[in-house]
Amino acid sequence: MQAQSEYGYNSKIEGDVVLTTVDAALAWFRANSVWPMPMGLACCAIELMAVGASRFDISRFGSEVMRFSPRQSDCMIVAGTVTYKMASSVKRIYDQMAEPKWVIAMGACASTGGMYRSYATLQGVDNIVPVDVYVSGCPPRPEAVLDALMKIQAKIKKEPVLQDLLAAKLLNVPKS
Amino acid sequence: MTALEFANKIKAKFGDLISEPTEFRGEISINLSDAEKIFDVCQFAKSIGLDYLVDICSVDDYGNDPRWTVVYHLRNIVNAVEIRVKTAVSEEKSELPSVLPVWRTANWHERETYDLMGIRFNGHPDLRRILMWEGYPYHPLRKDFPLAGKPTDLPEVAFTKVTPMEGGPFVTLPAKNDAIAREPRVRVPEGAEPGLSDKRLVKK
Repeated sequence: MQAQSEYGYNSKIEGDVVLTTVDAALAWFRANSVWPMPMGLACCAIELMAVGASRFDISRFGSEVMRFSPRQSDCMIVAGTVTYKMASSVKRIYDQMAEPKWVIAMGACASTGGMYRSYATLQGVDNIVPVDVYVSGCPPRPEAVLDALMKIQAKIKKEPVLQDLLAAKLLNVPKS
Repeated sequence: MTALEFANKIKAKFGDLISEPTEFRGEISINLSDAEKIFDVCQFAKSIGLDYLVDICSVDDYGNDPRWTVVYHLRNIVNAVEIRVKTAVSEEKSELPSVLPVWRTANWHERETYDLMGIRFNGHPDLRRILMWEGYPYHPLRKDFPLAGKPTDLPEVAFTKVTPMEGGPFVTLPAKNDAIAREPRVRVPEGAEPGLSDKRLVKK
């Protein structure tokens, strides 16, 4: 490396330099490595498997790392009917996920209870966890899930990461 | 051996306790008048070749006495025939002997019947709820339990809320009509309140 050279235009290294803000860079890293927590509860989980498989290939969006541990996940995809019996488990798994975290409610059941208007079914997972994107369909096409993921990515890219960390006093910046 | 022959064999053994076999759409049913004898009947039924307990169901005849009917579906695997044994249980008693020593598969069937209908099985070694959680206070398949459910809260375990029925339940019609006519719609029986599927449940 040319340690002594002065900063400025250098035609030899021009292609390797990207000028951006720290916020934008951090958001870009985050948005392209959203690790999903597959909360597969019913038939939507089968479509979720298709999303992960080669034809639809969620790894094109950096999200192929399906983690079955909430500690290592960023985005919980609630795929299926949430019963009241399961609700406390879903909530606990969401609570165990590290910040920042996002939630996709996949399909009619996870979004609203769907066709299960009965004593046994939670009428939408947003009763217990905050949902970022709702996907319609029964079950949704894999493309719809990918679209939801892209919407999550667009949302992440708009978030001022560094400002949020500073505001929450999670990051110490030495005063110059 | 046909299903009718199995039914007649049981009737020959237990006599007046068993009704004449009735046939509906090719299926044979018999009624047992004393629910306390269900264990003996099932033990005998297994000994003559009805070796498979397909299911135990319960029917809530709300407003009538006896309120419960417990239905046992028995099958002979070799001849592929099936008979149905029904027995009535009163609401005050809500209890009948377990047939678990005859067929081990009765374990979960009886737990399900207990969980959702509240009928107890005397002699069952582990009569816990199987679908709803321990501590849930109702038996949801009873006719006087609303479809929308009732609010409950058991901290650290589970909660339930009343489901918004939006004017429902939405009911289809039998398949003889065209698709538009049988589309799910609000079809409240005459004299019933909206939200209830059974007019017998309306308080007068």
